[in-house]
Amino acid sequence: MTAIASAGVRPIGRSGPDWRGMAFQGLLLFSLLFSLAVLATLLLDIVQRAVPVIAERGTDILTRPTSSQPTKAGVAQGIFGTGMMAVFVIAFAFPIGIMTAIYLEEYARDSRLTRFISLNIRNLAGVPSVVYGLLGLSIFVLTLGPLTGGRSMIAGGLTLAVLVLPIVIITSSEAIRAVPRALREAGYGVGASRWEVTRKLVVPAAAPGILTGTVLALSRALGETAPLILTGAVLGGFSTGNKDIIEQIFGRFTVLPVTVFDFARKPQADFRELTAAAIVVLLVITLLANAIAILLRNRFERAT
Amino acid sequence: MTNVDVTADQDMTVITADQVEAATADATLPPRPLVGVGPASQPASEAEPAATQPPVVRLENVSIYYGMFRAVREVTIDIAPRRITSLIGPSGSGKSTLLRSINRMNDLVPSARLEGRLLYHGQDIYDRDVDPVEVRRRIGMVFQKANPFPKSIFDNVAFGPRINGYKGDLAELVETSLRRAALWDEVKDKLKQSGLALSGGQQQRLCIARAIATSPDVILMDEPCSALDPRSTLQIEELMAELREQYTIVIVTHNMQQAARASDQTIFLTMGDDRAGFVIEQGETRQIFTNPKNRLTEDYVSGRFG
Repeated sequence: MTAIASAGVRPIGRSGPDWRGMAFQGLLLFSLLFSLAVLATLLLDIVQRAVPVIAERGTDILTRPTSSQPTKAGVAQGIFGTGMMAVFVIAFAFPIGIMTAIYLEEYARDSRLTRFISLNIRNLAGVPSVVYGLLGLSIFVLTLGPLTGGRSMIAGGLTLAVLVLPIVIITSSEAIRAVPRALREAGYGVGASRWEVTRKLVVPAAAPGILTGTVLALSRALGETAPLILTGAVLGGFSTGNKDIIEQIFGRFTVLPVTVFDFARKPQADFRELTAAAIVVLLVITLLANAIAILLRNRFERAT
Repeated sequence: MTNVDVTADQDMTVITADQVEAATADATLPPRPLVGVGPASQPASEAEPAATQPPVVRLENVSIYYGMFRAVREVTIDIAPRRITSLIGPSGSGKSTLLRSINRMNDLVPSARLEGRLLYHGQDIYDRDVDPVEVRRRIGMVFQKANPFPKSIFDNVAFGPRINGYKGDLAELVETSLRRAALWDEVKDKLKQSGLALSGGQQQRLCIARAIATSPDVILMDEPCSALDPRSTLQIEELMAELREQYTIVIVTHNMQQAARASDQTIFLTMGDDRAGFVIEQGETRQIFTNPKNRLTEDYVSGRFG
């Protein structure tokens, strides 16, 4: 007989099955499977519809402009427009958003004003995109019309940049805030200035997070439709003729989501398949953007 | 620019052959006072008592506030050159706050404020025209938790000199710093590896090498061994004993034995009724531990409270 048992201590046994814990785990698993099922259904449905027309026309879809005839219509203008939107977002929203985040996190004093500003940036991220469309319409199209050419690619691009700016700021701020204080102290401890600590330690450490956030913002921008329709994206066919890229920036344009919308509302049955094909193209482009971001992030992480 | 009179210290510097080499390298750092070649080498323990040498750092009536809260109350202490001074006392007695005020690290806390005078070689480093960045280059720091940069071992050590515009042979400086931190032999073949891949004790020695690389004359250590095993702790203590020949070291420690073993001078702080830390007693470590003048000190060093 052991000492413990003789002291009257109950031996360690096995408690009954934890039904509630198991039920909860089952619920969690169900939630996961439900989300996956919805996603899979959507993808399957679209790919199934898109395959015949893609098989039939091949890359022809990618190179042709919009048209009212389903056999001739393509998404070339949409791809170009979407690509240009990405350029505008990367050129305007990324630098301004990241620099704003650095200022708010590293430089601004923690005052009531700073907190008020941060709170409102969060609120801005929740404003419906069509409201940004109206803002773009009144500022970039009407007020700045002489500079932007009115309803034009540049007005649309700037509207999208403003639309995702709060998201870029918030995600970058969070990435910067996640950098441990010990790293900053280490830098200050060897006599680095705030600028040196920020540039050489904080920003590189936050870079993977910033990158992830900004690319999410980019994906969001590439999927927007409503604000672009308000600021110059064309529903239906239009011709860019022999215009060079500069002229096109100041002219009418379309993007993939608008093309999808345009195809979807066309009466001809053949446009159903074409709509699905355009969606597949949009999905592939978004996935590519995300893949590039992941690759870049891995490289950053290896470098540090 | 700070203008510091260190001539008195230069004569005292204890120099070994190794350090002459390093001193030559130091000489190329623009704003730093040169480290002169002293006369005969003498062990630090037999050096003159602190009182006869001008202090490297002197705190005069220093009070430190966080907002309205006074964390440290009217502290007046002298830190003697090339000795190890330990700050001991119970939690909340303001040891770390006091330590971090010596190289103005507390400036990073927006609400922190210091009253009184904090003199470094006679110059008030809280003076309006003193650049805190310059202060931190002269007064290095090692933190409680080893915090190497997420960079290679080489770049960790080279970081400080690089941002300070070091013009000499960087590889040589890195080697000298790592040698002085007793880490060279362990890492010489893997300088390109990440500093984060090292063990805890090695990381802390890397942080010491990093602090040394900017050639400070004072090194502040904030509980540098609290996260280390006894063997690594011993290594760090041995290293401190070597570094004492050239640097003034101030260490905050919770470990009584460490303070007793490793330091020459001990300052005992405690927390008052107003929750502000203040100095109860300061003096030679041996005296504080064997013959304390104050009852509180005696209770604390003998483990009766704290």
